[in-house]
Amino acid sequence: MAEELHQIRLTVNGTAHDLRVPARRLLSDALRHDLALTGTHVGCEHGVCGACTVLLDGEPVRACLVFAVSVQGQEVTTVEGLTRPDGALGPVQQAFAECHGLQCGFCTPGFLTTITAGIRDNPEPTHEEAREMIAGNLCRCTGYQNIVKAVERAAVLAREGGPSEGGFETGLRPSSTTGDASVVEEVAQQPSRNHGDDVVDREDDAATTGLGA
Amino acid sequence: MKPAPFGYLRPGTLAEAVAALAGDPGAKVLAGGQSLVPLLNMRLAAPTTLIDLNALPGLDDVTVDEAGVRVGALARHAAVLASVEARRVQPLVAMALSNVAHPTIRNRGTTVGSLVHADAAAEMPVVLVLTGGSLEVEGPAGRRTVAASELFVGPLETSLHHDEIAVSAHFPALAPGAGAAFEEIARRHGDYALVGAGAIVDGDSVRVGFLSVSDLPTVVDLSGVAEADLGEAALAELEPGDDIHASADYRAQLVRVLTPRVVAAAREHAAHRLGRTRG
Amino acid sequence: MTTKLMGQPVQRVEDQRFLRGQGRYTDDVLTTPGDDAVLHAAVLRSPHAHARIVDIDVSEVLDVEGVHAVWTYEDLEGLSPAMAAPLPLLIPHPALSHGRTQYALAKDEVNYVGEAVALVVADDRYVAEDAVGLIRVDYDILPAVVGVEAAREARHLVHDDVPGNRGARLVQEVGDAPAAVAAAPHRLELDLTIERSACMPLEGRGTVARWDPDTDRLQLWTSTQSSTGVRAAVAVKLGLALGQVDVITPDVGGGFGVKIVHPWPEELLVPLAARALGRPVKFTEDRREHFISSAHERGQVQHVEVGFDDEGRVLGLDVEFWHDHGAYTPYGLIVPIITSTQLLGPYKPGAYRVAFESLYTNTVIVTPYRGAGRPQGCFAMERTMDAIADYLGKDRTEVRAANFIQPDEFPYDHQMVFQDGRPLVYDSGDYPAMLEKLKALVGWDEFPAFQAEMAAEGRQVGIGLGCYVEGTGVGPYEGAHVHVETSGKVKVAIGLTTQGQGHQTVFAQLVADELGVKFEDVEVVAGDTRRMPYAVGTFASRAAVMSGSAVHLAAKRAKEKVLRIAADALEADEADLQIVDGVVSVKGAPPDAVGASIDLGTVSVLSNPLRYAFDEASKAATQFSVGDPGKPPVAEDDEPGLEGKDFYSPDRATFASGMHAVIVETDPQTAEITILKYAVVHDCGTVINPMIVEGQIHGGVAQGIGGSLYERMAYDSSGQLLNASFMDFLMPYVTEVPDGIAIDHLETPSPLNPLGIKGAGEAGVIPTAAAFAGAIEDAERRTRTEASITAMPISPSELYALRQTPRQEQS
Repeated sequence: MAEELHQIRLTVNGTAHDLRVPARRLLSDALRHDLALTGTHVGCEHGVCGACTVLLDGEPVRACLVFAVSVQGQEVTTVEGLTRPDGALGPVQQAFAECHGLQCGFCTPGFLTTITAGIRDNPEPTHEEAREMIAGNLCRCTGYQNIVKAVERAAVLAREGGPSEGGFETGLRPSSTTGDASVVEEVAQQPSRNHGDDVVDREDDAATTGLGA
Repeated sequence: MKPAPFGYLRPGTLAEAVAALAGDPGAKVLAGGQSLVPLLNMRLAAPTTLIDLNALPGLDDVTVDEAGVRVGALARHAAVLASVEARRVQPLVAMALSNVAHPTIRNRGTTVGSLVHADAAAEMPVVLVLTGGSLEVEGPAGRRTVAASELFVGPLETSLHHDEIAVSAHFPALAPGAGAAFEEIARRHGDYALVGAGAIVDGDSVRVGFLSVSDLPTVVDLSGVAEADLGEAALAELEPGDDIHASADYRAQLVRVLTPRVVAAAREHAAHRLGRTRG
Repeated sequence: MTTKLMGQPVQRVEDQRFLRGQGRYTDDVLTTPGDDAVLHAAVLRSPHAHARIVDIDVSEVLDVEGVHAVWTYEDLEGLSPAMAAPLPLLIPHPALSHGRTQYALAKDEVNYVGEAVALVVADDRYVAEDAVGLIRVDYDILPAVVGVEAAREARHLVHDDVPGNRGARLVQEVGDAPAAVAAAPHRLELDLTIERSACMPLEGRGTVARWDPDTDRLQLWTSTQSSTGVRAAVAVKLGLALGQVDVITPDVGGGFGVKIVHPWPEELLVPLAARALGRPVKFTEDRREHFISSAHERGQVQHVEVGFDDEGRVLGLDVEFWHDHGAYTPYGLIVPIITSTQLLGPYKPGAYRVAFESLYTNTVIVTPYRGAGRPQGCFAMERTMDAIADYLGKDRTEVRAANFIQPDEFPYDHQMVFQDGRPLVYDSGDYPAMLEKLKALVGWDEFPAFQAEMAAEGRQVGIGLGCYVEGTGVGPYEGAHVHVETSGKVKVAIGLTTQGQGHQTVFAQLVADELGVKFEDVEVVAGDTRRMPYAVGTFASRAAVMSGSAVHLAAKRAKEKVLRIAADALEADEADLQIVDGVVSVKGAPPDAVGASIDLGTVSVLSNPLRYAFDEASKAATQFSVGDPGKPPVAEDDEPGLEGKDFYSPDRATFASGMHAVIVETDPQTAEITILKYAVVHDCGTVINPMIVEGQIHGGVAQGIGGSLYERMAYDSSGQLLNASFMDFLMPYVTEVPDGIAIDHLETPSPLNPLGIKGAGEAGVIPTAAAFAGAIEDAERRTRTEASITAMPISPSELYALRQTPRQEQS
């Protein structure tokens, strides 16, 4: 018995695609195998590594944990959509090149999409916020040192680039749910000792003892 | 790691969804899918049909009044976490949510879905129990409210009937003068906690809820227990287990460490709230 | 004058495609949908660690729509006779008396959870997995042997015909170590354990094959560290001439060692299926498969006996260790041989004896993972140095310094045989200077004051260090081909493959420097057997040394030809010519002087005497335009075209070195371990691109942190891997690595190759576990003077358990 196919429309990087897919088709596979947008990579298929992260209506999600049928009608931005219309690298991409933020390049698309949304929501991340921004993505090559630098550099480039160059930001419209930075801040400042606080403590120790790396 | 085939329904109304679920004992509900889809990809679950709630209208609200926070079945963790009002009325929800996985998962995962998944290692079930919250569920016989204390009946098991769909969760407000705190220790940032603890102190009442310690989210009443005895008193009510990440002994130690810590933080929070009210 | 690019932090050329999502990894190949679209393979894997296969029933699969083939071992011989035999044992060794390898699909018996049992080829991976689920296998379950202890006990055997589960025993001796230990003024014994981990590249294995009946050739894309190795193996196993097989290594999403193994069962099954079905076939390994059916490393139990004098000088070192090599030995004894030789590090013990047994267990095979046996050896040696210092009440750096090989002692001959079958002779280094740099970088001398200050606050901090020497750039050889096209662009081919190390950039730097061309005019292709059929592979931090040297030599040859032709064309002496930005000119001549310069494109045109012109440039090379009518158009000892090809084959390996130090804090209550500072000093000889070298170190350190504090393979006693997912195999996120890694460089060029290069790829990971063990122990001793860290990795739960255990029960 042939598997039932579902007619869906996905808008990817500003282009609408009509697809017929089985219900179980993961968004990651639909992008890669049905639309041949192979920039989105699949590293674990259980939502941990973040390599497949794409922007769904502007927000980062794991494409391996979403069925294509379930996001019909929505807008998807993949790494291919982060390049400027003239073919030049977007600010996050450019920052990665400048900072040597990638080696094998396999995890990179997930970092690029995540950071694109991250610096949109928080255009001037502190160093700690830059680290937090990428804390849900695995990289096996770089030890993250240069990725953190790239986040900070990307924020600078994005600010310098200004909104007039924002035409490439297909589907990157500001989020309605996470735009309130003050809320995030308040959560971080509650008395609870979450991991983020540990990091801050560590910094303080380093600063006071001259042992900062 | 690809899911087995399943039928797919995308109902436009809740009634349709309930009817579809009632008519198919092998069907499962899909909301955020951040717990379900990994299980499907690994073929550890193989529902006959997925009933996708994502097209249902009106379920993605986070509504807040002085009585508490009501979270719709399609409200993503990120939306709940971002709600300033929710944080004001029941701060424990946001405190716990900031520990749920990573932001990208929170963008898709739903708070109600996490509750229904009923993982004793997850943050939100214990928060629902600790706050005395409830789940509103819709079934063929209509709507009913399930108290958190009646909801979690076993590992990954709730008292919901197969044909019932959770419509919203209600986290009652934190009483004026009360304080809350949430602490957890995980192997990596964003991992499931080795041990997590949420606390609500309200005057003499001290209650601490634990995750990852027992098969069920467990709340222990520690009212009247001396500061120095908090950890042992909590342990008397818990039976920490072991797994590849932590021995039972180590979990017990974390309970000893986290319990006084989270209670102290909750007291501090109460004092802070009081100060703010007076100020 | 063009700036020399050697030593410059040149931005990587490969990034342009990676950052745009235009990298081409194996699973990205042949993605066009259509009637003749690629088919997808899935493999049924053993759910049991040890079992006899009684029966396999595939009848339910045959009717599944979309399934094109289902094969078991029984089908293989008919498809290609050589497939009936086991997979090759890649690196035989006389000591490997009982080497065993698996079959492409299990024959009669399975020996680890994950071993390939059946292959399904279907329209897509979803359907292929459905079909795999319908295959019924009747297993007769046998007792599983898991872990070194069970293997040594040998109550059960992994292979019936391998007594004691012992694949090999190898002893190397220099002097009489037992006697030296016995006669020494002081003696210590240590038992040290390292658990299994794995490379875990974010891209798993993958292979795509297309059989072209029109040309009778096979085209194979595979995510490998050795394209020529795969090519040879596939040709043999499929009964093809080497010339019928082209292996292309596309972009590879990380290797770290695991992808040096070849041929994987799927690397044979996929081309076999493509040939049999007349359709391209793809296998893309998923994450669970990568955990249970690729390879692991590190698991070793080690016993050290050391005798030393009052200064801490090692007079005798007697080491015995047991290496868990898993169910089969396709990669021979490379890992334990490296441990046994590289354990020596920068030291010169008076007498040394090392013996190891390589043991079978019913677990995934063990093959090199970045560092390849060195982290274990370094752990043994550095823990020994710490123990000596502790025993004598000396500073840990002092004891190390007392044992260093001195700068004037190079080349230093250890009188042992290294992993390449050649003498273990260190080429160069300066270990005392390196230690001084490390002490300054980490603040070693200031640390006790800081430690006391922290202790006063009730906080436990500790410092540890690890020193290593790493044999890099082993042979036998690598080659390079440099081709100056008539456009003036330079196309370079190297034979080994690339997995993110920036080879396209660093080798272009070398060519640009040597040939005098613009960096952006050089394009490097790696791992394509059509372009460079002779090569070995990417392992042992050898790419920069081996291919770097070969590229340099090949560019030199091309340059010689450029100058010869240009001298002729410009009627000048070769010695008077220079090449700058792709233009050959007479030194000192005005830039616009007529007839004083010629661009490389024109030189290329002239290098190839033509009968037929195809564009304006090529007219200049046709038979009525050039050449002395009295001579053959191509001289007797020459060949047409402007190319340079050369190979580099060294006498022996180069030896890079490094020292790491780490400062940690251990929580007195929760036993959580926090990294406060991580410092690295390393010497990889001449640095081609410091940005890339530092990136390699960052990544190595992060993997080292994983292996020290987070990652392990958690097998239960029945041989089930309990943490075969990224949920439970805890690779570090950014939050688990330090915010900043302090790095200092030392350059002692290797005398063995023209550029003085040593390798850098594995450096970061080698001494990490040793340094952490020392630091954690140091921190713990603030409150427990007897604390001793003898097993890595260590989790907070384990550290807590250690705190509850009296000293005599440890180790």
